Amino acid sequence: MFLSNFHFYYLIMRLLPFLISATVTTGFIILFNTRIGPAPAFGKFLSPQHGFWQNAEASTHSFNQEIKLPQLKGNASVYLDERLVPHIVSDNDADAYFIQGYLHAKFRLWQMEFSTHAAAGRVSEIIGDKAINFDKEQRRIGMVYAAENMLQQMEANEFTKLSVDNYTTGINAYIETLSESELPIEYKLLGYVPEKWANIKTALFIKQMTKTLAYSVDDLPFTALKNVFTDAQMQVLFPETQDSLSAIAPSGTLFDKPEFVPIPPADVDSVYLQQKDSALKMAFLDQPSKDNGSNNWAVSGKKTKSGAPILCNDPHLDLTLPAIWYEMQMTTNTMNAYGVSFPGIPGVVIGFNDSIAFGFTNAGRDIRDFYELKFKDETKKEYWFNKEWKTADQRIEEIKIKGQPSLFDTVAYTIFGPVTYDASFSTPLTGGKAIATRWIAHLPSNELLMWHYLDRAKNYTDYYNALQFYTVPSQNMIFASKSGDIAIRQQGIFPLRWNRQGVYVMPGFDSSYLWQGYIPLSATPASFNPERGFVSSANQRPVDSTYPYYIPGGYDVYRGLQVNRRLAALNNITAKDMMQLQGDNFNSLAEVVVKLMKKYTSQSGLNTEEQKFYDLIKNWDLQNTANSKAATIFQLWIDALEQTVWKDEFTQKDTIVYAWPDDYTLADAITKDSLFVFIDDIKTPQQETVFDVFTNSFKQIVPELTKLETENKLEWGVHKNTTVYHTLRTALMPFARAGLQTGGGKHIVNATQHSHGPSWRMIVELTAETEAHVVYPGGQSGNPGSKYYDQFVDTWTKGEYYTAWIMKRGDVQNKNIKWTMQFSKN
Amino acid sequence: MDNAILKKLIDTNPKIIKMKFLSAMLLTALLSYVSGLYFPWWSIAVTAFVVAVAIPQKPFHSFLAGFLALFLLWAGLALWIDMNNKHLLSLKIAEILFKTPSHALIMSVTGLVGALVAGFAALTGNYVRKKPSE
Repeated sequence: MFLSNFHFYYLIMRLLPFLISATVTTGFIILFNTRIGPAPAFGKFLSPQHGFWQNAEASTHSFNQEIKLPQLKGNASVYLDERLVPHIVSDNDADAYFIQGYLHAKFRLWQMEFSTHAAAGRVSEIIGDKAINFDKEQRRIGMVYAAENMLQQMEANEFTKLSVDNYTTGINAYIETLSESELPIEYKLLGYVPEKWANIKTALFIKQMTKTLAYSVDDLPFTALKNVFTDAQMQVLFPETQDSLSAIAPSGTLFDKPEFVPIPPADVDSVYLQQKDSALKMAFLDQPSKDNGSNNWAVSGKKTKSGAPILCNDPHLDLTLPAIWYEMQMTTNTMNAYGVSFPGIPGVVIGFNDSIAFGFTNAGRDIRDFYELKFKDETKKEYWFNKEWKTADQRIEEIKIKGQPSLFDTVAYTIFGPVTYDASFSTPLTGGKAIATRWIAHLPSNELLMWHYLDRAKNYTDYYNALQFYTVPSQNMIFASKSGDIAIRQQGIFPLRWNRQGVYVMPGFDSSYLWQGYIPLSATPASFNPERGFVSSANQRPVDSTYPYYIPGGYDVYRGLQVNRRLAALNNITAKDMMQLQGDNFNSLAEVVVKLMKKYTSQSGLNTEEQKFYDLIKNWDLQNTANSKAATIFQLWIDALEQTVWKDEFTQKDTIVYAWPDDYTLADAITKDSLFVFIDDIKTPQQETVFDVFTNSFKQIVPELTKLETENKLEWGVHKNTTVYHTLRTALMPFARAGLQTGGGKHIVNATQHSHGPSWRMIVELTAETEAHVVYPGGQSGNPGSKYYDQFVDTWTKGEYYTAWIMKRGDVQNKNIKWTMQFSKN
Repeated sequence: MDNAILKKLIDTNPKIIKMKFLSAMLLTALLSYVSGLYFPWWSIAVTAFVVAVAIPQKPFHSFLAGFLALFLLWAGLALWIDMNNKHLLSLKIAEILFKTPSHALIMSVTGLVGALVAGFAALTGNYVRKKPSE
């Protein structure tokens, strides 16, 4: 075929290059619009008008805004101070909760959605199949079921329905106006978009906190340890009470005799306490941090300089950015509350109002038990109960997975709760057995209602009444009022147990091992205006051994000792004294153990290098300050000591260590008995003495100490390397704040560990004009591109505080107001 | 003079070539900025393409106009944002993406991504015309 010159030219010089360059262009667009591995799509992500640059907030950014939304009832204002703390002023509660939702979403949307996705077992939707087991476990312990039960209660009450409905509407009003370029950066990095908020997510958030604080899973490792130890030995290794306890209800408190004493089943010894079950094995489970704790205390006016009560609270949680807390003030026609809120739920959670202040620490009591069941067959439709086959409810869980088809998981619900483990979801520990989770968190409850009343409480009676609505996670709720009262109550619903019930996995084949009721509310451990002039809690056992109920749990003994010792000694207390106490670095565990170290180390056998480190311990002031080298030596030494004492017994039947006794167990046992039976290393023929274990464990750590010293890492602050991680942990280290030089640590009032510690520090002086001193290791903005993202971290690290500006209604000319957001209906 | 000669004179006039190049570049940048406000990021390909069709140049000149337009627009916007942000976020993102906390690096990559897409889109636009400009 003949081609004209023109056609030839056109084909080769124009059409062909056109096709090639069109292909190249399309190729680039597709390439830059596609995620490759964990990397975001470069075009979308780098476009200065769409991608991450849009999150780079100008340092002079103005937060002034006029927002017109038809969902509002009237006009309301938000006054932002220089720390970006919003002060909501509204004529009604509905608009205030709406605006709180709007602000939570504006500043913290990604974290609130991510945490509630995690609660609901929906992480695989975001990050793919590596989260399947996490998601399955969340579904199988009944997280969504528990949230649904809570949702019904929340929506059945007029007050909480109003707050949660308006809160949700406010969040969604913000999400609706959100453009692609305004998406929080985590969405852009991970490549997804937010969905609408719903009331159930608030319930899910509270259930996730419940899991964090009140879902101990020691039953499984303890059951495994029954193969190694007798129940009597287990009681020595994991004691229920501590002699040196300084309880929350002061000693001498008289408790009523229980009206009903639970009866252990007849076969409890043979079938439960003594039964060995070699099918159960495991390594440490991924379980809530034992360090989730907190301090709170309130001192009465007779102990303060001003004559007014002071209330203090520092809840210890995983330290994360964006911070778990969002500071704010809410003023409406029914309340004026200031404090911190959880992005995810309406209201002020820890704080104060015009009349009272309130705060929380975790009770740490065991409110979750495991039961072993027998199914008729693998369909899990019927289980053996009271000598017959009983039908189980089945819940089919759809787990959506990014880039893959959904996975469907059937969870059986029984009289003992949801069946968490079975043949299709098994851990090395459970060995395919069917094990159900009985958890107080499954009970229908409405914790929001307590906060509704607390935010508005005027006096002790209001506080007392508010607390009755609280079920879980059980907390030590502290209170002080301007009228001069101080109080604390360990509130929650607790199973009524016979002795040792629920320490191990229980037989779930009939009703005999079921909980026989709940501890009556009248037996709530409490203290109201005690003679000593203060109330306090620091996750210790709430009561001494005279309490007529069996209350297992994970308790710390040392922080409470130090708090109470200091509070007893202090008089004419000022806010500054309280700041010093929250930052107190005295190591009460070391107070006991260093004595033993000095007594039982054979110094004659130490070489110069060893002697050098030993002298640091010998001359240590027992303060875990950031620059203390002895604090690091102590930590390494006690860790090695515990290995030396326990490991031989704990690994006699298996190489895996199932659970580890608390530091207290060792310190207390050796203080009382230098011939403590566990001192001997059962794997050697000779009999080790207390001198051997102390001296050997010390010598063992010296090479490590020398290395740390050479690397300039021996100082406690450097060694501990306190880090506030981004929620996505090591995946996003540039969004974290690492290497913070702080003192403190485990068992210390200043409970700052590597990435765990005081997530909010608050000191409230209930003088005529309330004075509050506050700080948290984060910032008001959840955006890593904002200077308000980690604004408070350095202040927190130095142990300093901000004085909260408490806005008075109408004080709109105040110089503390930096920006104003005007909300109106039209 | 007939039209062909006139056209050739115009097409080879260095001043006119320069003017066309500059207008193509500026127009691409401007239209890309405006479309970026309303449309997805890849709308820069459409604007670069359209400008290259509308302003005939030699293929390489079209490519370069689109390329430079978007390099300057994206790197320029990034620079402006970054200065106002005091490098807070750019350093973090550069470290996440490239393990190097360099704001110059992340800005250059930003410019380059826009430039490559717009450059080739402009080249494609250039070849739409049956005959090139000389």
